[in-house]
Parts: sequence; C-alpha cells; structure tokens
Amino acid sequence: MASDEVVPTARLRAGDLALFLLLLGLLALGGSLLHAALDRAGAHQRSEPARQLAQELGLTGLALFTEARYTRHPELSDQHAPFQNHPLTLEHFPSGTWVPPPRHLHD
Amino acid sequence: MTEWRSTLARQRYLLDFTVAAMKRRRARNLGLLLVYGGMVFLLASVLFYTGALKHEAGLLLAEAPEIVVQRMVAGRHDLIPETHAETLRRIRGIRAVQGRLWGYHYDPVVRANYTLLVPPSDDIAPGTTVIGPALARARGAGIGDVLSFRGHDGALRAFRIQAVLPQESGLVSADLFLVAEPDFRALFGVPAGQYTDLALRIPNAREIQTVAEKVLETLPDSRPILREEMLRTYDAVFDWRSALVLLPLSGALLAFAILAWEKASGLSADERREIGILKAVGWETGDVLAMKLWEGGLLSLLAFLFGTAAAYWHVFGLSAPLLAPVMQGWSVLYPAFRLTPAIDATQLLALFFLTVLPYLAATLVPVWRAAVTDPDEVMR
Repeated sequence: MASDEVVPTARLRAGDLALFLLLLGLLALGGSLLHAALDRAGAHQRSEPARQLAQELGLTGLALFTEARYTRHPELSDQHAPFQNHPLTLEHFPSGTWVPPPRHLHD
Repeated sequence: MTEWRSTLARQRYLLDFTVAAMKRRRARNLGLLLVYGGMVFLLASVLFYTGALKHEAGLLLAEAPEIVVQRMVAGRHDLIPETHAETLRRIRGIRAVQGRLWGYHYDPVVRANYTLLVPPSDDIAPGTTVIGPALARARGAGIGDVLSFRGHDGALRAFRIQAVLPQESGLVSADLFLVAEPDFRALFGVPAGQYTDLALRIPNAREIQTVAEKVLETLPDSRPILREEMLRTYDAVFDWRSALVLLPLSGALLAFAILAWEKASGLSADERREIGILKAVGWETGDVLAMKLWEGGLLSLLAFLFGTAAAYWHVFGLSAPLLAPVMQGWSVLYPAFRLTPAIDATQLLALFFLTVLPYLAATLVPVWRAAVTDPDEVMR
C-alpha cells in the first residue's frame, strides 16, 4: 500500500543552520573584499585633489595631528632635542601618553 | 564517488550532532562567540585602519620633494639662506632647488595651530589667502570673509579669503593657510633671501642617497631629510598610535585568551562524560576529534568572518568612529576623510593565524587526550 511508504520531507537539519551562518559569514567577508576591489578606482579619484595639492605645494606631511608643530610635521621635527621638539613627544614619555586632553576640547 | 559521498554524509551527521550539543549550552556558546567576534573586530579594525593610513601616506607623499634640507644652528632648525641654495644647485644630480616658506601660527580664537605656507607658484595676491577646509569650518569662515592675525611686530594683518581648498584634499590641507610671499615675510619677520627650508628635486632615484651625502659634505650645518625617511616616520607614527590602542586592549585580549583557553582546553565534567559515553557506544577517537574540531572551527570561523567583515565596514564605511579619537589626539583641526580600502592577503592571513589557529589548537589537544583514554576511566 502506498500509505505505508515513508514520504521523505524536506526538514531543516541542525547542521544546516551552522552551514548557513558560515556561508553568510563568507559572503559578508567576500562582499567586503569585493567592495574594496571595486572601490579602488573610485577611491583613487576621490584622493586625486589631495595628491594634486600635495604635488603643487610640495607638501611633506599629513594634516592628521595638528595639535603641535612636532606632531603636524613629525618628519621635519628636530631630531636632537628630546623634549618639545621630538616627533611623538606626547607619546614618547609614559606620563605624556596618559595626560587627558585640555578641558576645552571635551567641554 | 560513493566513498566521497559517505564521508560527506558522515561529516554532516557529525555537524548535526555538534550543533545540537552546542544548542544545549546555548548561552555559553553565544556569549563566547560574541566576545570572540568582538576581539577579532577590534584587532582587525586597528590593523585595517593603520594599514590604510600608511597606504594613504605613501600615495600622498609619493610626489613630495626627494630631499628637504634644513639648516641647523645649535641643534635647532633655523632659517636657511639663499646662498645655501646656490651652493646646492652646483651639486650634480640635483635638478631643482626650491626655497620653501612655511611656518605655524597659533590662533587663540579657536585654540588651534595653522600651517602657513607660501605656494611655490606664488599665485596668491598680497592681502588674500586660501584656507584649508577644517580651518574654514573651525572659524566658520567662507570666501570673502576676513581673518586677522597679529604679526611678529604686534601689528594686525588682515587676509581676505580668496578660496577654500576642497574637502577631498583635507588629509593634506585641513589646517593650511596659504599666503603671498611678502605677507608671509611681513607677518613673521623673515628677511628677504631667507627660507624655512629647501626642497631638492632629484630625477634619478638611485642618486638620492649620494646627493644627501654630498649635501652634508658641502653644507655641514645642514640636515637633509629623505622622502623615504618621511614615509618611515609616518609608518612609525601610525604603528605607535595603533600600539596605543592595543595597549589598553591587551588586558581584554588576555582575559579573552584565558576564557578561550579555559573553555577550549579545560573540559568540563559534562563534556568528559559525553566523550566517555560516545566512546562507549562505539564512536572512534577520530569521530570525537572531528566533532570537537567542528565545534571549535564553527566558533572561530564565525567569529573571524563576521568580526573581520564588521571591522571592514567600521573602518572604510563609517571612517572608524571608535578609533578616530585616538588617532586625532588633541587636534582641534581634524580633516574629514574617507580611507581607501587597502587590505592585502598578509593582513588577513595574520589575523587568521592570530585568532583562529590558537583556538583550534587549544580545543583539540585536551579532547584528543580524553578521547584516547578508556571510556570507563573518563566517565568516572
């Protein structure tokens, strides 16, 4: 009799969830790497004004750490004076590293 | 083919069993996954951010002068006279020597340092200025507005803003204040024929080192700074800053390492009994190891994949809001910029070997020990 036969049903196995999550993770990371590759051309275009300006003005430093002269242009700071003229002076001494920023910066 | 299929089916059953076992300890495993993923996220964020900044610095400084020559007086950077430039022009291998005029001005209004610079083309009319985007933002100034500074002689000098540099160039121009040569000299009292430093152009890259040696020989009071050294300085700056982020994190990393080691290597009584029962009902050592490998592999791979992907979007999608304050330091003027995604296989492999492999190793060793022991002994 046909009614005695076991009809196979599509049932989600416990391991399928793990495989699905792994696949999702792979897609997330793969998608990120793909985005990195595709964005390369756009990023090149985005940074063109900065490159052009650096070339025109003969700039030698990045405007990332503008708080003091030796951090604004660490590449051109005096090598010989160990304090106030050394690149990374703030971080050079352990106490300098942990001193909080001046109050006006976070008020 | 059949053998391959049966191996696959066997592994899927093992995976089913592993996931079912993990579900029984759901809270513990989910917690571990979250902490593990968070650690990977933080490590990857620092790695990606630092790598991208180094890449950006390399791209932007590729066109910087091959050598910058400073004059040193009593161990300090001093103004360099035009006569030094003329001496250097006679050295073979140097195509051009350009006197640069630049300096800093502290503006008490916004309590920020500006970088004042005279463009080499000197196409700025006296009395006017072109300013960087972060400076314009900090002062709330735009084209046509007037900014005034007190000069070295105490006299107030006004500059009408002729243009604001584009936002996209912020990484090199955030704090720039471009002025005409006469204005610069009048503001700082720099006499004619004196420069801040000299920029040398050397067409043949292989001659740079030799030229630097000749510069030192010809002008013993000078300090030549090579472009390679500038890039190395930035590498060191970014490495140091990333170390500063990782240092406070190291406590958390250590705590996680202990947690993971404890979880992975110290088998609980339940787990030991489970292994004993499995062995008693006929599981082979290889099966027990495979099951634990699935468990460790699932946890570490999921943490690695999701942690790394989240770090990518944190750094390159959102411009790393969690790391920016550390990189920013005390700067009032800070550029708004988007980093170019620069990830290489070495970074990913380093991250993989640092995060996934130790966990897998820590999982397998104790399980193997328990699995090769007599089931009766294990269950006691």
